[in-house]
Parts: sequence; structure tokens; C-alpha cells
Amino acid sequence: MSKVATNPENLLARLKQAQDRLGYLPEECLAEVARSLNMPLSEVYGVATFYSFLSTRPLGRNVIRVCKSLPCYLKNSRMIVESIEDKLGIRPGGTTPDGRFSLALVNCIGACDIAPAMLINHDVHGDLTPRKISRILQSYE
Amino acid sequence: MPEKRIVLKNCGVIDPKNIATYLAADGLKAWQKARQMAPEKVIEEVKAAGLRGRGGAGFPCGLKWELARKSPGDEKYVICNADEGEIGTFKDRYILENDPFTLIEGIAIAAYAVGAKQAFIYLRAEYHHLLDLLTSAVSQSHEQGLEVNIEIREGAGAYVCGEESALMESIEGGRGEARYKPPFPPNRGLWQKPTIINNVETLMNIPRIILNGAGWFSQTGTEKSKGTKVFSVSGDVARPGVYELILGSPLRELVIDLAGAEKVKMVQIGGATGRIVPYTMIDTPLSFETILGAGSIIVYDESRDTIDIVYRTLEFLAEESCGKCSPCREGTEAMAEILARFDRGEGREKDIKVLEELARAMSISALCGLGQAAPTPVTDSLQYFREDYAKRIKQGGKVRC
Ligand SMILES: Cc1cc2nc3c(=O)[nH]c(=O)nc-3n(C[C@H](O)[C@H](O)[C@H](O)COP(=O)(O)O)c2cc1C
Ligand code: SF4
Ligand code: FES
Repeated sequence: MSKVATNPENLLARLKQAQDRLGYLPEECLAEVARSLNMPLSEVYGVATFYSFLSTRPLGRNVIRVCKSLPCYLKNSRMIVESIEDKLGIRPGGTTPDGRFSLALVNCIGACDIAPAMLINHDVHGDLTPRKISRILQSYE
Repeated sequence: MPEKRIVLKNCGVIDPKNIATYLAADGLKAWQKARQMAPEKVIEEVKAAGLRGRGGAGFPCGLKWELARKSPGDEKYVICNADEGEIGTFKDRYILENDPFTLIEGIAIAAYAVGAKQAFIYLRAEYHHLLDLLTSAVSQSHEQGLEVNIEIREGAGAYVCGEESALMESIEGGRGEARYKPPFPPNRGLWQKPTIINNVETLMNIPRIILNGAGWFSQTGTEKSKGTKVFSVSGDVARPGVYELILGSPLRELVIDLAGAEKVKMVQIGGATGRIVPYTMIDTPLSFETILGAGSIIVYDESRDTIDIVYRTLEFLAEESCGKCSPCREGTEAMAEILARFDRGEGREKDIKVLEELARAMSISALCGLGQAAPTPVTDSLQYFREDYAKRIKQGGKVRC
């Protein structure tokens, strides 16, 4: 491995590791990263809030990201969102009380050929119909 | 003319998990050939081929490499842009899924040509599902003796990180905001070192050019657009998917003959910052001279509402603006707000003028391509579908539709 590859000074890399480990970026964690990189907290916070895959709020164990961009919208992505809202009783931005799922609306995930599409964690699900949703959700603990 | 598979030649043919199948299909022969050539000769070949960047801007690839080669310094970098965030694009995903080896070979040749020992593949976070496959392909390729060290860096979700300078900021670990230019990356890019950044598809063309020669490559295409283009077709079509066509092929062939669209109202070419063309332009050739972008083709049929589409496009751009410069930050917001009003049937006559003025200001004063091109869907739709705006102007409290 080259020097740059393992550079521990890389702020984004540090935040991504923390996000993967903790599921979100609590304030203490941001402060700790700022201290160890000798950076102002505002800079760390600025990066933590810039990227959609980083979150400063707690998320569910499984994050559902339904694509809302045009190719999916044309294929009724709104029906998919409604169906998930009905089944889980949460709105976009919300997390189920048992902490099992969070729901978010996102922009194109590069699966427009199988629109409407969504990601659950890192898995792609496409050609969605409201009927398929229950089965898919069941497979996430 | 049917599809012509140059870039996608191995897709569905080789096993992307097993380099032996790639080696059996002439894999790494171009890299071996390149290493027998002087680096300057490799660059000459790419220049002579007339290869232009496939990531949207169409910059001549060989020229970019030459600038980096000639930039002083021993530490240089190659970056493969696999951020593919443009709405309606998935061709790079298809390439990575089916033939990561040709891409890696292209990166190895690029590194040899410019004199880089380190390369990065910047993979968007949404493509994490490809990481294992790609990591394995990189390590299998390294075992074949590549001199360049290739590292995969994952994004964290931000469309603007596909813009080259924002992408470099992101690899360096910061907010993915565009940089002021100049300096340009071939002089000062990643960590201020000479850097070339190329789209996945651009690099896929390199092994083909080196192995078959510039003359072979430049036989296909138009005068200023050589070779083929890989398109992602979605929306109101019977057969959405990835298609590779010779540059200069008419839009009709792609959208109607191959993808099976019917009753087309308009086509959005190049994604959110791309062009919107009406059905009457269906015979337009797809090339850098005319319209191309990164190959996103979204088809809308006659049931679709122009204002709704343009509004959603601007809403996307307003969300994804990095906020660094005010023409883009404020301009995309203001446009989205006005379009929302038209969407509700509450447009005002003077709003159209405001849209046109904003468009002019943004295109000349925004810092990066996002803000500069953000007004395109608005200006195109005002040009071709102005009556759709007129229908949504509020008339004495009554909404006409
Ligand atoms: C907002 C924005 C997003 C971009 N996204 C991408 C992208 O996802 N992939 C890409 O290859 N180029 C993207 N580009 C273009 C890059 O800035 C750059 O021109 C390209 O990577 C150069 O490679 P090429 O010459 O091989 O096309 C984007 C540009 C802008 C302004
Ligand atoms: S044009 Fe938009 S995306 Fe580009 S730097 Fe300015 S605010 Fe950021
Ligand atoms: S628009 Fe939904 S995946 Fe591209």
C-alpha cells in the first residue's frame, strides 16, 4: 500500500469509518475526530453534513433509500414510497420506533434501467411494485 | 445501423470475476504493447485517434495527457471518474459490472503515458455493491505485474463530486466543492500534483486504440467525434438499457428503433444539466458537434407535462448545488421556486423574463459546470415548449390549464 492509501489524516475516510461502525456520527465522535486531526470542529461538521451517506442523526439498522429522480418518478416511484410509508408507518426522514428501518428519498442511484429502484443499505432493488415491497422488507432484520 | 460494440466488446462475453477469461480475449495485450512504446508515442496515438472525454465535456483525451506528461514533477496521479451521478446514467455501472478489466488496463496505460505511479478509482457510494467485484479485478490485475498502484476510493453521496475538482477535494478528505480554475488538474490537481482525470468510458477506449491503432479508431464516427458512445436509455421506452452506437448516429435510431419508444414528446439528453429536445428533432445526430453529454437519454411520451419535468430537474440541481458560489446556490433555488409556481398553475407573465435573466447570469458567472449548465433545461423548454408555460400563467385568479 502506498503512503496516501493509508493516510490517517483523511477526514472523510475517518468519518466514513465512524459512520460504518456507529451507524451515525454523534457529536462526541465529531469532537473526537476534530481533536485527533487537530482541526476546528466546524470543519469536521462541514464535511459530516455535506455528504448524504453521512448522518449526524441516529438511523435505523437498515436504511431504505428510494430514488425520486425523473426516470424513477416516471415509473411511479411515488407509489413505492406510499407503500413503504403505509407498511412502516413512517415518512421520509423518519425511523421506525423499533429502530429497524429509516426511510429517505434520494436522487438517481444509477439503476434507471430497472426503475423504480431503491437501495436498502447497499443492496439494489429494482422493477419495484407495491406488492414486491413487503417481501423485500421482510428480508431485513 | 445496429449497435457497434467496441467499448462493450467484452460485456457479457468474459467473466468479470476471472481474469483468465479476459486474458483469453486479448486482455492486457494493449498494455504490453504500450510498454514497448515511448510514453510520448502512446500519447501521440491517443491524440491521433481523436478520442474525446466521455464524461460530458468532450475534452480531447490525448491533449490532457500531454499537458500532464509535460508538467514538471515526479509525483503524478491518474483518476478514473466512476462517480456517475447524472440523472439517467448507468452505463459506467454496466461497464464496471461486466468488464472491470478493460478499465483497469486503460488506467495502467494512462499511468504509463503520463508517468504516474498511483491511480485512484473514485466510486460513488451508491455503487458500493460493485466494490468487491472491482477490488478483486484490481488485485487480479496487479498480479499480472501492473506497475501502477490502483486504489479504489468510495464517495459518500454528492452529485457535485463528479465534477473533477470537487472530486479531488473529496479524495483529499474534505467537502466536495469545486475549485477555482486555473490551475487545471494536468498542472495542479490532486494534492496540487499533475493529475489526469478521465471518465470510465474514456479509459475503456484506450486499450482498443493502442491495440488496433489510431487509424482504425478514427475510421468510425464524424469529423470531430470519433469512435462510439455508450448511452443509458430510460423513461418511456419499451427496452430501457445500455446501447453503444457509432457517434453521429441519429437520436431516432437509439430511442425508437433500439429502445422502442412510442409517441415521443421530448427527450432529455445529458441529464439534469443537459438539453431538452422536442420530437421534431428526433433525427438529430448524436455527436459532440450537436448534442451528447455523458450519454443519459431520458424519453418522455405525450402523456408527460413539460413544466413538471423541468421543475423536478431544477429541484434536483438546487438540492445538489454545493453552495460555494451564489449565482448557482441562489439561482437554482429561485428557478425551482418559480417553476413550482408554474407547476401549480400560478405562473406570472414576468416570471418568464426572470427565468431568462437568471439563466443568462448563471451561465456566465457560476463557478463550475453545474451552475453554468443548470439553466439549460429551462432555456430549452422555453424555446421549444413555451406554450406550456403560457398555459400555466394565472389569469385573474383563475387557473387555466
Ligand atoms: C456537476 C458535474 C458532475 C459531473 N459528474 C461526472 C461524473 O459523474 N462522471 C464523469 O466522468 N464526469 C463527470 N463530470 C465531468 C468531470 O468534471 C470531468 O470533465 C470528467 O471526469 C473528465 O473526464 P473525460 O475527459 O474522460 O470525460 C461532471 C461535471 C460536472 C460539472
Ligand atoms: S456552480 Fe454550483 S455546484 Fe458549482 S461551485 Fe458554484 S455552487 Fe458549487
Ligand atoms: S432515476 Fe432512479 S435510479 Fe436513476
